Amino acid sequence: MSTLVREHYNFAYLDEHTKRMIRRALLKGVAIPGYQVPFASREMPMPYGWGTGGVQVSAACMVPDDRVKVIDQGADDTTNAISIRKFFERTAGVALTERTAEATLIQTRHRIPEHPLSEGQILVYQVPIPEPLRFLEPRETETRKMHALSEYGLMHVKLYEDISQHGEIATSYAYPAEVNGRHVFDPSPIPKFDNPKLDNAPALQLFGAGREQRIYAVPPYTRVRSLDFEDYPFVAARAEHQCALCGALHTYLDEVIIDDEGGRMFVCSDTDYCNERQQANQETGNDAG
Amino acid sequence: MIHVENVSKTFTLHNQNSAVIEVVSRANLAVQSGECVALTGVSGSGKSTLMRMIYGNYLAASGQITVGGVDVVHASPREIIALRRHTLGYVSQFLRVVPRVSTLDVVAEPLLRVGTPETQAHERASDLLARLRIPEALWQLSPLTFSGGEQQRVNIARGFAHHFPVLLVDEPTASLDGTNRDTVLALIEEAKARGAAILGIFHDAAARERVCDREIDVSGFKAP
Amino acid sequence: MMQDEPLFAASGLSKSYGTHVGCRDVSFDLWPGEVLGIVGESGSGKSTLLNCISGQLEPSEGDVLYRTQDEGMKSTQAMTEPELRKLRRTEWAFVHQNPRDGLRLSVSAGGNVGERLMAIGARHYGDIRNSASEWLERVEISTARIDDRPSTFSGGMQQRLQIARNLVTHPRLIFMDEPTGGLDVSVQARLLDLLRSLVRELGLSAIIVTHDLAVVRLLADRLMVMRGGSVVEQGLTDQVLDDPQHPYTQLLVSSVLMP
Repeated sequence: MSTLVREHYNFAYLDEHTKRMIRRALLKGVAIPGYQVPFASREMPMPYGWGTGGVQVSAACMVPDDRVKVIDQGADDTTNAISIRKFFERTAGVALTERTAEATLIQTRHRIPEHPLSEGQILVYQVPIPEPLRFLEPRETETRKMHALSEYGLMHVKLYEDISQHGEIATSYAYPAEVNGRHVFDPSPIPKFDNPKLDNAPALQLFGAGREQRIYAVPPYTRVRSLDFEDYPFVAARAEHQCALCGALHTYLDEVIIDDEGGRMFVCSDTDYCNERQQANQETGNDAG
Repeated sequence: MIHVENVSKTFTLHNQNSAVIEVVSRANLAVQSGECVALTGVSGSGKSTLMRMIYGNYLAASGQITVGGVDVVHASPREIIALRRHTLGYVSQFLRVVPRVSTLDVVAEPLLRVGTPETQAHERASDLLARLRIPEALWQLSPLTFSGGEQQRVNIARGFAHHFPVLLVDEPTASLDGTNRDTVLALIEEAKARGAAILGIFHDAAARERVCDREIDVSGFKAP
Repeated sequence: MMQDEPLFAASGLSKSYGTHVGCRDVSFDLWPGEVLGIVGESGSGKSTLLNCISGQLEPSEGDVLYRTQDEGMKSTQAMTEPELRKLRRTEWAFVHQNPRDGLRLSVSAGGNVGERLMAIGARHYGDIRNSASEWLERVEISTARIDDRPSTFSGGMQQRLQIARNLVTHPRLIFMDEPTGGLDVSVQARLLDLLRSLVRELGLSAIIVTHDLAVVRLLADRLMVMRGGSVVEQGLTDQVLDDPQHPYTQLLVSSVLMP
């Protein structure tokens, strides 16, 4: 631990009472998968929308031995990811990594890593709007009642609207899903391509919404079923292209504009996974796969 | 089918110093199946009031009214509704219908209410409208746009659509021309022939002569 | 020939707000297929009564009973909240005076009609859409408008859409609060005609609150006249309107141009 940490901050910034409060909320969330647990979100030294919920959840789970990875839209090297990584480096002095397989705690914004997660790993999601029913029902008292009574017809009204207007379920991120056969939840704005990874995952998945003061969880090996219609089944869509860097045909791709003439290319949004594949390709002398 | 015993009717006008007006007093009459009886008496003698009490439209102040076995004075609203739906028809002088509903549907409605299939109800309605010489071109229009005479004939067609065992008719031939008047009287005769008990008000003496078996002067039911 | 058990009943129903009386000691029975009109001027307690009997407001005294499919007559106060909420989106329906209160304006006409179906578990898009089209036709809205939002509809169309949205689950009882209020006269007539034929075809029971005597004359079998929270007179609709007994009813009837 660096001197700076010892002299100025409690471990991982939050005081121990706050961490205990958050851990209680997390335990409740794990006990009732998908249920939004209210918690007393703290002011953090970063603006709302920059992952204050995720940071508090990560801080409450973090131990000095952790190896932390932070991604934003799949990338380790974007501003948001770098600042959060530096925040934990400075306040907790933990080890950092960009490798999914090596990380014990991963905080993410808008993606689930391509590399399959394993038991013992914790994936912390940053959540802007935790309430999936908010789109059609503005009253919190009413949405809480709807969750309590499993009245989820309204969720399908949203999907119905998608199909009637676009000919298919056009919701492409923050795609609602049912957890453990009970609560419908918003998996945060991950692409629906990632929804199947939520299901029956070996890792513990925790969700933190700082501004909205909600925490929820999907414990390891929990059934997560994306909502759909019998005649319009859920499809985990991705761009029908190949990664221009590693050649992957099975990953979620970002579209990148490369010049002023409108030229574009598709690359893996998961930078770590893409790098791993590029290295492997070099080693085997293969440039596609 | 209709029994009226010692029936009286008063109106209390609460907003005019609670004035009490006695319109009918100690009325007695009976109408059997297959019989047509005319109520007579000068205007204001209480003929319409008596008819309305029998229909359940006015509350009798005292006495007993029985129609098809139902005690009209004490019956609950839903018993009256059932009575009106199945047993007791009323051909009034005025047509009161929902605007915009086609003439054919207006006439067929009493049949639909007792569960007659729509095609059959419409056939019967068309038949009656044709007999009463309502031009077929008008059948899909609302009768509220028709002339007075046409509206009256639509009203009659509606009244005779369902074969009510008891019928009240109020001036059915007034303002009708000869041919249509004949048709209406023929409808009354047909209703009698199938056993309906009919009570009516007819100012037209010749019509009364033709269809009525007896007359009852309502002036006798008036308090002295 | 008559079913001897009502579908719905209120007994000794009162609602007070502190010392202010909303409605007092109201009792009535409603039989299947029957339409009950409740009339009275603003502040007469008719809306309070409607909210109490439709389970939106807890009465201070008295009871509301509904004949459930499984358990026969059951007090709505004895029902759990989930039971009551389920009833309200399946066997009961509520048509608001202002269609904006009864519709989701940001959702297409088809989605509005389909919502109750999805709420009771319909999960086949094609079936839901077919039901929605059928009901739009039934309330005389062109199926070409199925994907349009109700905010682009006229007031009369919005009201008809609200009715379709409510009737799609084939309720047995429909509550209506001034259903024709705020509509043009010609549009009112069309709506009345529609309501009448739907009530007849579907064997619906209905409770309609209105201040418009012409509406109850055309729609209601029975009438309750309210004043100051109490029922001053009730009976057969045409009897109450043509031969009113209570001073207030006489005043009410004589105040209207053509009841």
